[in-house]
Amino acid sequence: MKPLSVVVRTICDIFMWFMAVYGAYIIIHGHITPGGGFQGGAVVATLIAFMLVSHGGEKMVSFVRTGMYSAAETTGLLLFICAGFFGIATTFFYNFLAKQGGLFGSTVPLGANSGVLNSSGTIALMNMGVGLEVIGGLSLIIYFMFRGIRLHVETGSEETGHDR
Amino acid sequence: MKKKVLFMIAILVVAGTLWGALERVHPFGEPARAPMDDYYLQNAQEERAVNNIVTAIVFDYRGFDTLGEAAVLFTAVCSVLALFRKGGGHQ
Repeated sequence: MKPLSVVVRTICDIFMWFMAVYGAYIIIHGHITPGGGFQGGAVVATLIAFMLVSHGGEKMVSFVRTGMYSAAETTGLLLFICAGFFGIATTFFYNFLAKQGGLFGSTVPLGANSGVLNSSGTIALMNMGVGLEVIGGLSLIIYFMFRGIRLHVETGSEETGHDR
Repeated sequence: MKKKVLFMIAILVVAGTLWGALERVHPFGEPARAPMDDYYLQNAQEERAVNNIVTAIVFDYRGFDTLGEAAVLFTAVCSVLALFRKGGGHQ
């Protein structure tokens, strides 16, 4: 993919981070607002597709460190499974943190309320785990599929940084 | 010919099943009794200290199902990595 014009690239550089912050917001507030790990992770993973479209393939491939994304994916899944296993004193996937005080342990008032961020126990923790996993997984899928396509087409070297 | 007869039988079976199901649909605006839904709506906020009932079901009451979904995503990523690995299959 060839890079787009300087206008698109500048807007992308600014707007990319708003998208990342928005996705992180959706993941962290998963137990209060509609959304959660899967949805927020997908929003963050669009960042890499955005970069591929505006900056072109060469820059995206040089920017992405696959080890980091792979580590994020594995860490997320392990966090999710560990949060499930820690409740095994009662049952598998028991919410052992809820209403205990401390991390994610405060109670919410019954009925309609504006939401307490530090509530809901392992639900928030699992949201973050799943969010990390989806960020890593979808980004890796986009990256490796693009590289695989380029390998098959075997185009010449791409130009980077020039306007069309 | 044999294939056509088999297709006709399959269509008849599916249509009969759907027709039978349609005849038993409850009238519009009068949902069937759902004690499980009522239990979640009334007790989730008190039991799990969470405002979002959908998240409470997905990550707590039905957490095992979400573990399966996460495993499916992990498997998909692994298969994509295996498919598009360096070197390709044509060498």
